[in-house]
Amino acid sequence: MEAEAARYIGAGIACLGMGGAGIGLGTIFGNYLAGALRNPSAADGQFGRLIFGFAVTEALGIFSLLIALLALFG
Amino acid sequence: MATPDKVDPIHQFHINKLVDLHVGGFDVSFTNSALFMVVTLVVASAFLLLATSSRALIPSRLQSVAEMSYEFVANMLRDAAGKQGMKFFPLVFSLFMFVLVANLLGMFPYFYTVTSQIIVTFFLAMVVILTVVVYGFYKHGLHFLKLFVPSGVPAILLPLVVAIEIISFLSRPISLSVRLFANMLAGHITLKVFSGFVVSLSALGTVGIAGAVLPLGMAVALTGLEFLVAFLQAYVFAVLTCMYLNDAVHPGH
Repeated sequence: MEAEAARYIGAGIACLGMGGAGIGLGTIFGNYLAGALRNPSAADGQFGRLIFGFAVTEALGIFSLLIALLALFG
Repeated sequence: MATPDKVDPIHQFHINKLVDLHVGGFDVSFTNSALFMVVTLVVASAFLLLATSSRALIPSRLQSVAEMSYEFVANMLRDAAGKQGMKFFPLVFSLFMFVLVANLLGMFPYFYTVTSQIIVTFFLAMVVILTVVVYGFYKHGLHFLKLFVPSGVPAILLPLVVAIEIISFLSRPISLSVRLFANMLAGHITLKVFSGFVVSLSALGTVGIAGAVLPLGMAVALTGLEFLVAFLQAYVFAVLTCMYLNDAVHPGH
């Protein structure tokens, strides 16, 4: 296989990891919304934790995007 | 790899020497990275000095922003590490302001993003971890090692749990630094990639220019997201610093 072709395939495979981060973010926001609708008065107090969970989970997706971009341009 | 006429999203991270300087065989040249670290320090210090210079009872808008950032970090540290943790407030506040200002400065076109260099973020993370280790041993002596031995674990599971705790402690500086570095690097590369789409599509003629509206809109939306990420990553860095400092102040949870 040509090195160039392998690089593009590798970048594509690395992007699969972002799907996992997408599932994680969906779980976080979905559960937050479910909890917020059941008890709206407690929702504002948990917003900081929501954003914290978002940032920590999103970072994992960013890692795989980083690998993909480095494979493409690095 | 990328030819000069192609769009090169990595180019923005190149370190250029501004003043060539060699001391005793070491290369200590003043680079664009160093310049923007100095700019970050100056902007953060000048903002806080200017904002608090009047010390009015009824704060001006600038003073309100400074007081809000103070309260924000103080509450964060108090919630995570309690009253005894407040002696680390200068460290956490400095780290938060440095990372926040560095991230936000990086959003200006042609400005260098200091936090997109792994060595910068790794150094910041090592400062935090070494503070935790040194203060933990200084304050609690060998009792600090209780951090790795959670109470209420069955004896048969203990070796496994201790091994996991030690590995998780050792991976903290890596995860702390890579999270910030990767977010800034990937965010800025993504912006450049979408801007590159606009350029290469509009080179195709009328149809291309019509199609280029989509990546242009995406680039605008991503810029907004990057401002959010710039603040969030500074916040996450500071929150995790508070949590790690809590381990040094109260080991053995």
